[in-house]
Amino acid sequence: MTERLFEGADWDFHTLQRITDACEEVALKDLGLDVYPNQIEVITAEQMLDAYSSVGMPLFYKHWSFGKQFAYHEASYRKGLMGLAYEIVINSSPCISYLMEENTATMQTLVIAHAAFGHNHFFKNNYLFKQWTDADGILDYLDFAKNYVMQCEERYGRVEVERTLDAAHALMSHGIDRYPGKKKLDLREEEKRAGRRRQHEEEVFNDLWRTVPKGTAKTRSAISLERRRKLLGLPQENLLYFLEKSAPRLAPWQRELLRIVRHIAQYFYPQSQTKVMNEGTATYVHYRIMTKLHQQGRITDGNFLEFLGSHTNVVFQPEFDDPRFSGFNPYALGFAVMQDIERIVTNPEDEDREWFPDIAGKGDVMGVLRDVWANYRDESFIGQFLSPKLMRHFRMFHLHDDPEERAGIRVDAIHDERGFRRVRRELARQHDVGFIDANIEVVDVDLSGDRRLILHHHVIKGSQLNETDTKRVLQHLADLWTYDVSLIEVDASDKVLREYVVSPRPITAAA
Amino acid sequence: MPIHIIDRRLNPGGKSLENRQRFLRRAKSLVQGAVKKTSQERDIKDVLEGGEVTIPLDGMHEPRFRREGGTRDMVLPGNKKFIEGDYLQRSGQGSAKDSGPGEGDSEDAFRFVLSRDEFVDLFLDDLELPDLAKRKIAQTESEGLQRAGYTTSGSPANISVSRTVKLALARRIALKRPRKDEMEELEAAIAACTDEDERAVLLAQLEKLKAKTKRIPFIDPLDIRYRRFETVPKPVAQAVMFCLMDVSGSMSEHMKDLAKRFYMLLYVFLKRRYKHVEIVFIRHTDRAEEVDEQTFFYGPASGGTLVSSALQAMHEIVRERFNPSDWNIYAAQASDGDNSYSDGELTGMLLTDKILPVCQFFAYLEVGESGGSAFDLSDSSLWTLYDRLRNSGAPLSMRKVSERSEIFPVFHDLFQRRETVQEKAAP
Repeated sequence: MTERLFEGADWDFHTLQRITDACEEVALKDLGLDVYPNQIEVITAEQMLDAYSSVGMPLFYKHWSFGKQFAYHEASYRKGLMGLAYEIVINSSPCISYLMEENTATMQTLVIAHAAFGHNHFFKNNYLFKQWTDADGILDYLDFAKNYVMQCEERYGRVEVERTLDAAHALMSHGIDRYPGKKKLDLREEEKRAGRRRQHEEEVFNDLWRTVPKGTAKTRSAISLERRRKLLGLPQENLLYFLEKSAPRLAPWQRELLRIVRHIAQYFYPQSQTKVMNEGTATYVHYRIMTKLHQQGRITDGNFLEFLGSHTNVVFQPEFDDPRFSGFNPYALGFAVMQDIERIVTNPEDEDREWFPDIAGKGDVMGVLRDVWANYRDESFIGQFLSPKLMRHFRMFHLHDDPEERAGIRVDAIHDERGFRRVRRELARQHDVGFIDANIEVVDVDLSGDRRLILHHHVIKGSQLNETDTKRVLQHLADLWTYDVSLIEVDASDKVLREYVVSPRPITAAA
Repeated sequence: MPIHIIDRRLNPGGKSLENRQRFLRRAKSLVQGAVKKTSQERDIKDVLEGGEVTIPLDGMHEPRFRREGGTRDMVLPGNKKFIEGDYLQRSGQGSAKDSGPGEGDSEDAFRFVLSRDEFVDLFLDDLELPDLAKRKIAQTESEGLQRAGYTTSGSPANISVSRTVKLALARRIALKRPRKDEMEELEAAIAACTDEDERAVLLAQLEKLKAKTKRIPFIDPLDIRYRRFETVPKPVAQAVMFCLMDVSGSMSEHMKDLAKRFYMLLYVFLKRRYKHVEIVFIRHTDRAEEVDEQTFFYGPASGGTLVSSALQAMHEIVRERFNPSDWNIYAAQASDGDNSYSDGELTGMLLTDKILPVCQFFAYLEVGESGGSAFDLSDSSLWTLYDRLRNSGAPLSMRKVSERSEIFPVFHDLFQRRETVQEKAAP
């Protein structure tokens, strides 16, 4: 009989080492995973709270909003309203997983299998992460960001820096490049470039130029609309990028801060698009590893039952009329679809052959799954692999809520032959980030006039922006732009639904 | 593949402390309001324990572009009886409606826990002793000496032997000055040596070492260090607070409780906010005595009432220990307002002639029975007397308190920062 990894609930660092080795053996040999080197860190509850308040990252610049997060989490944790996560894992190389010290040995095994191998493989192989994040450079970059913010605070005052960061945070959800095109981001290079930019500015600064008379002003009509838009790179949906490059009166350090916030937003962008897949992968991997360890006799029946208890909690999906319901549980959905793929690949029914001719009965479960993990995001993953069987299992149905409709909310489709495709399409759309975030872009700048910045919000399905929030965000935007900003909400037929105009507050005008 | 397992548990905690302080600074006015509101409902001991406060989220809101309204589509799990084309009622139990993407508007309050220090700091933040730093500020500032490292020059009295020897030792080692036992060993070797040639070599070696010893002194003037002193201005804003409490028989338990609460607050306030404030506790019946804080707050006593005795005691202490030209003098008196009829005149005289002229500020707190019955009666003898004095322009503040919950507002009222008064008083 193989030696047990541990007995009972206690563990020490040798146990962790043994557990990790055992998990690694299964992960690499049986599942064929490809992971970054692992770094496992054991932390306390307080440190976990710390990590919560800085979006899970081990180091981050200082900002009051993180303090607010911390106070909030701490209050609900103390009252017992909220349990803490068993782990946090960071998409970096080496891949850092934080384990809570309170976890039992079984839980540590689960967590190591889940984070250090499941998430880790996904981070390393999924195309979105490959495209948008730089796992090697992120920690160095965060360190740079932290120091840079600190230096700015020393040089320009905390209030000024805070104001810029507040504004940048408000625009963070619209500081993302959604379409690849430019070369992959290299965050280490980024740090050096920041230094070079500054150095270059210092070198080419020549006070003489200030006194040289400006050339005769171009006639106003000289720049055509097309040319102007081209010069400014319009239309532009990455608002932070646009401000960084084109805002007329920002100081260099302010541009750098916008850049930092933008890079961090971009770093998290793949995670928001792959919640279901990421958690599904990790859950599937820990389930496979734990089962294997149990089969090998390396963990006892008791430990395995303990694991199954936690696992069942994690993949629990309440129904829509359950008070605990709060949308689809990404763990449950992701895990279910992946197990279903396993079933289709190994033991398909006629229905599956019809729906999934490419993979049905192919036999190589891990090959198919690794391909899925590498090449899909939530939207395309659900759109392609949610099977009729699963829709029946979850008893999915599609509701259509049109405020104009007097009769009420219509049940558009249910889990039957007529509804499968529509339900699946809708669920996939629910997981499409491009559909969830408001579609806002910079369309023009009134260069010849009052330099007003003009944005459009393309309204989809009549869903407009929340008024109070929008005014505040626009205020931040105007403060950075330092001239008026107007946001026009237009529907598909270019009809103007609403217009906001905001002027900058006078304080920031002194740039 | 190598796996690193790191124990981070021993890393210093409080990583987000800085962020928390920033948050509190930003939410200061909101938190302060919340702290005051909470403190009214609490027992005095609990006030100083910190605790949970609730602030409106509005000021701390982080706005985002959010969409709302419009047609919505959603896919939900757990269909039991619906078939395509059914209509669900919108209002009532239409749980589908509630389960859409969460709107943040409903979350209008933000609860979190303040530590003891944070709580008390915020609680006392806008309080101060009125009109502090008076008299001698324009005159000579007294100076004190403070140690400030070492220097290479100074008076011989200030030589720091340990530092000097330390440097000398370091220098000797660095320059390889021969040690004493090394020389002795060599001399012994020479004495024991029989071979002439070898002896000559050893002697030459010894000569060399001796020359080196001469070149490298045991203590060089370079090594000498002196203790350095710096003069620092001593704060002249010295202040003393006299706490005068009536503990006579006419004070009921409730009244004593109120008075003690008041002094407890005052005590905490002074201790936390001012480094250089002395506190003198005087309690009186028909006799007055100076007591320590333990006796003041917890010691039992009873008897008749002679307010003048306390004032007399205060006057004597001031004369003995606190020269009014050097000290800012404050007094807070708590009483039920009863005084022997015969004592009124003496009290008034002491106050006007002796006490008030030297005081920056005199606070009088009249405690009454719960339910405010005392307020229906005519003013007490002390209240009438003090009222008269105040109307003639004495620096006197008077408040009445009959309920526990009034202590905090009254205290705040008495010691609130008064910008305008200060500015007027300054020139």
